[in-house]
Amino acid sequence: MSDQSVTSGSIHVRPEFVNEIGTAGTGEVERRLSMFERISNIDPLRKFTILIIMVVAWEMYARIGEINELMFPTFSATGAALVDALVNDSLMVNVWNSLKLLVTGYAIGISIAAVLVVLAVGSRIGSDLLTTLTAMLNPLPAIALLPMAMLWFGLGPGAIIFTLLHSIVWPVALNTHSGFQGVSETLRMVGGNYGLKGLRYIFKILVPAAFPAILTGLRIGWAYAWRTLIAAELVFGGQVVDTSGQLGAEGSTSGGLGWIIFENQMENQTPYVFAGLFMVILVGITVENGFFRNIEERTVRKWGMQKS
Amino acid sequence: MNDAATGTAGHSPAAPSVEPILDVSGVTLQYKTKEHLITATYRVDFQVFESDRFVLLGPSGCGKSTLLKGVAGYMRPVEGTMKLKGRVITEPGPDRVMVFQEFDQLLPWKTVKQNITFALMNGGKCTSKQEANDVAMEYISKVKLERFEDTYPHMLSGGMKQRVAIARGMAMEPDILLMDEPFAALDALTRRQMQEELLQLWDDTKFTVLFVTHSIEEAVIIGSRILILSPHPGQVKAELNAHQMGHGDVGDKDFSQLQEKIHAMIFADRVLEDETLPNV
Ligand SMILES: Nc1ncnc2c1ncn2[C@@H]1O[C@H](COP(=O)(O)OP(=O)(O)OP(=O)(O)O)[C@@H](O)[C@H]1O
Ligand SMILES: [Mg+2]
Repeated sequence: MSDQSVTSGSIHVRPEFVNEIGTAGTGEVERRLSMFERISNIDPLRKFTILIIMVVAWEMYARIGEINELMFPTFSATGAALVDALVNDSLMVNVWNSLKLLVTGYAIGISIAAVLVVLAVGSRIGSDLLTTLTAMLNPLPAIALLPMAMLWFGLGPGAIIFTLLHSIVWPVALNTHSGFQGVSETLRMVGGNYGLKGLRYIFKILVPAAFPAILTGLRIGWAYAWRTLIAAELVFGGQVVDTSGQLGAEGSTSGGLGWIIFENQMENQTPYVFAGLFMVILVGITVENGFFRNIEERTVRKWGMQKS
Repeated sequence: MNDAATGTAGHSPAAPSVEPILDVSGVTLQYKTKEHLITATYRVDFQVFESDRFVLLGPSGCGKSTLLKGVAGYMRPVEGTMKLKGRVITEPGPDRVMVFQEFDQLLPWKTVKQNITFALMNGGKCTSKQEANDVAMEYISKVKLERFEDTYPHMLSGGMKQRVAIARGMAMEPDILLMDEPFAALDALTRRQMQEELLQLWDDTKFTVLFVTHSIEEAVIIGSRILILSPHPGQVKAELNAHQMGHGDVGDKDFSQLQEKIHAMIFADRVLEDETLPNV
């Protein structure tokens, strides 16, 4: 406290001052972060480290615990099985077949969802229809429809695509519609101001403005569909065995990834079952990181609609 | 400057030979909610002429934004007519561009320049990308944002966003530019700067603008003519001239006199009102 400061009433009065802001002493303006900080800022690296730790734990558990390989194979056995299945067997073909079905179903599903949502935006009846349908059908697990689908479409891709559609249409439509409803009044008025109407208004204003919600819907739809597909192929495997009495009678090379898992389980090839599961995860991660992340990065993050 | 010029009472529109750009007569606007029918404005008349800086002034809730929404075509009057250049207004269109108070009026998925070109192309102002680009650049430089043409809106400050919105509105060269408290969300310093810039732009192109505010000072600075609305439901209380006053006159005798006159008018019948006019 300097001698110039006085207390006047309850206010502590201090002397005024004015600083000269020079160019010299602004302190540290820019500094490279330390090596450790920079390395630990690399996102994939941190995640990869976690993976390595989990793999080591897995291997040690299976080895030290001397667990029966039929129940729980080691990581190395699983890895070997995976390589073997990829190189010598038809794993890749089956993954490819699964993906083909999935993409077909995904494309059709999104189109149906788009039509439903456009109807919902255009009219009150359409909106009532969409909300009623989603409320009714969204909670119904797609796989529960498979028995009926097999009755209607037979033991072919038709039945699987039908169930896939069910798992895609509702989450995509629901998220898109609620995304549209969340578009601010101001942006809507701006769209109207440009004279945009009908489909042009939907696709030029509503869709980009609701894109974060739409992207979420697409992701959920994708994840549901992938799970449903694997489950459906597993059930299909069972059906094929039941009806023909012979394993893999219907082309053992084209039953899909779920079918491979089922088949190997029937033959007690547990490492190959694990390899199949591993493949399911791998495809999931690849699509998430390779596809959705990419879209997200180029759209909603770039536009500042979503924080990174 | 003198009392005769500022016009004291009654309607005294400009010389009858001039056709108004915007003609609002006997307009009642209402909102229908699930339970209520709310009358926002009651039988409002006013006329906006070419190159007017026409200000709608009134206490909060008196229906200024509602009137602007009506002119923009987002709302239909239940009574009376609104005509733009002789044609009855039925729907929104690029001949009446609105600048909003909210910062989220720019399309976040478009850069500064794209926001303007998008408006030009879709509003039918330009047919080729090249032409739209040139017009956009011209207006971006008018609002001094050349350095930010390729920036996305979320990386701009509030004042910059409003500048882009104004540039976009002016680039579309509407018959009338509608501005709903465009500076209300800005800090006092930026607001002042923006008012000055708007007046400079007006000196350039002499566009017609319908400007809403609830700041008396802003009304006197910006406006060439001021329409004063009564509290809810809004009715026309007076129309005053303020074309002779701008930023340079803040604090002058005439300026404060006009300000006080408006203040008195707005508060005259507000003894029983619990709302107060925000500080100006
Ligand atoms: N969407 C709406 N639904 C129902 N009533 C509304 C709606 N918008 C406004 N109102 C009512 O209409 C009246 C006028 O509102 P308006 O927004 O035009 O006021 P304003 O003069 O712009 O006020 P401010 O200066 O606060 O912006 C208010 O009493 C308000 O309650
Ligand atoms: Mg308002």
